[in-house]
Amino acid sequence: MVRNTTLGSRAFDIANIILLGLLVISCIYPLWYTFCVSISEKSAANAGLVTLYPIGFSLTPYKEIINDSMFFNAFWISIQRTVLGTGFALLMTVLMAYPLARPQKDFKTRNIFMWILVFCMLFSGGLIPWYLTIQNYHLIDSIWALVLGGGVPVFDVILIMNFFRNLPKELNEAAVVDGAGPWSVLFRVYIPCSIPVLAAVALFISVYHWNEFFNGLVLSNTQSSYPLQTYIQQLVVNIPVGTNLTPEQYKKLSELSNRTLNSAKVFIAMVPMLIVYPFLQKYFVSGIMLGAVKE
Amino acid sequence: MRKLGHQKHYYLMLLPGMVWLVMFSIVPMFGILMAFQNYNPGMGLLKSEWVGLENFKYMFQLNDSKTVITNTLIIAVGKIVLNLIVPLVFAILLNELRNLRYKKLVQTVVYLPHFLSWVIMSTIVIGIFGYYGVVNTVFGYFGVDPQLFMADAGIFRQLIVGTDVWKEFGYNAIIYLAALTGVNPNLYEAAAIDGANRWQLIRHVTLPALTTTVVLLGVLSLGSVLNAGFDQVYNLYNPLVYSTGDILDTWVYRLGLQNLQFSLATAAGLFKSVISFVLIYISYRLAYRYADYTIF
Repeated sequence: MVRNTTLGSRAFDIANIILLGLLVISCIYPLWYTFCVSISEKSAANAGLVTLYPIGFSLTPYKEIINDSMFFNAFWISIQRTVLGTGFALLMTVLMAYPLARPQKDFKTRNIFMWILVFCMLFSGGLIPWYLTIQNYHLIDSIWALVLGGGVPVFDVILIMNFFRNLPKELNEAAVVDGAGPWSVLFRVYIPCSIPVLAAVALFISVYHWNEFFNGLVLSNTQSSYPLQTYIQQLVVNIPVGTNLTPEQYKKLSELSNRTLNSAKVFIAMVPMLIVYPFLQKYFVSGIMLGAVKE
Repeated sequence: MRKLGHQKHYYLMLLPGMVWLVMFSIVPMFGILMAFQNYNPGMGLLKSEWVGLENFKYMFQLNDSKTVITNTLIIAVGKIVLNLIVPLVFAILLNELRNLRYKKLVQTVVYLPHFLSWVIMSTIVIGIFGYYGVVNTVFGYFGVDPQLFMADAGIFRQLIVGTDVWKEFGYNAIIYLAALTGVNPNLYEAAAIDGANRWQLIRHVTLPALTTTVVLLGVLSLGSVLNAGFDQVYNLYNPLVYSTGDILDTWVYRLGLQNLQFSLATAAGLFKSVISFVLIYISYRLAYRYADYTIF
């Protein structure tokens, strides 16, 4: 590349490096700040003295969390729903994507199924009918409400289907000539050829399950069936609903919250995501680009 | 003939997913009938009294519905526009970086906020803008009294749009960056030899390479004009900012699951679903016609 070294160009480079550096700081600082508050002295944190580094040092919040059975219960529910939800959704998604990736001459009713799927992706009955349906299935407070309640990830089905369709036709034909049925073609040829895509989709689904709090909130009647995000949402953002809150009361409520303990809980809830982030990063870029794949 | 024999296997493969789809997507759609009833949970869908369009008429008479629709539109459109432009500018600036390791570092960090939930992020946002937050601490250094940012209806929408753009700009830039990797480096070289300066290179080489992507993303986001982001607003708002911050989704939630006005909430939800569906349909048609874009 030709290097343009006029004064203006150099000034632009420097300004650009600084600006992007500030953006990087804006993304890291909030996480760092949360960590600092969590290990600061309680009195300093509550008085809002923490800015760039911890003030004092105290592990009391983390000790409290170790003894908090509700926290671990919620953490465990989140792990279960993430593992079950991702495994189940991935299996269903692949099983649906394969037949739908067949050309219409091989699978006559393909387009009908396709339209049903797209319709369900774009239209929904809304919150209340969905909630009442799950209540009718008697799934409230059950882990299965969280695993299944979000419905079929139709977008992922379409993503994998598009990927399958772009695999060379010869793969399928060669396997069929060798006597393979649809099941062996799918499990022995297509799936091994699609590991990076399936990894990307699995990561997207697991991030969804780990981060989801709303289903956990409305599909649970008791606190003991909350997943982690719902548990945290309840303790941190618990502002009473009612129209007659005054700014004074709001100030009081902020005073009451235990900032060090809440920050510690939020920080621990972030840790699993920070751990898988390097793996995520490896796959999500390709995953996003797949969404844009056409024939 | 043999290939058609495979069809029963195809149906078998689709079966579990279709059962799931029917149970959790299609069955709830019948619940839409509630919007035209005075639904009574004790009597169920079949026996509840039919009221035609009464729920919709009542909904539009409520002052809340006007506030909520206005807020939803303002917040959603603000997000759509800025989530197109900010990542675009960011991608262009990133593309101008010459140090590749620094570029990689920036990319790695700015994608991260996307993967943290709004529950986590709103806690952090409140930690920063709250009454005892770091912004007020810094204000204190300059002798400014602490402000109740989170309870200020005047700035709530800006706060919502701003934090959303901050959380997503890195992630939204990925698609632009991918488009930029497709630009032939010879174009830059040729233009530079012809005497183009830095700005002219961006203007005449980088930007044209991104136009299609911007237009396509813009068209496809048409379907989100009633989606102001439930998770974010729900975790950041409070009764003091309902006047500017309450959106359709949060309103439906409070009407339906807290006040138990099932029929009214279903009607409001249906209003949103139908409009969004029509807009998405139009956006797909436009994207297909002008950019040859198809989802399947």
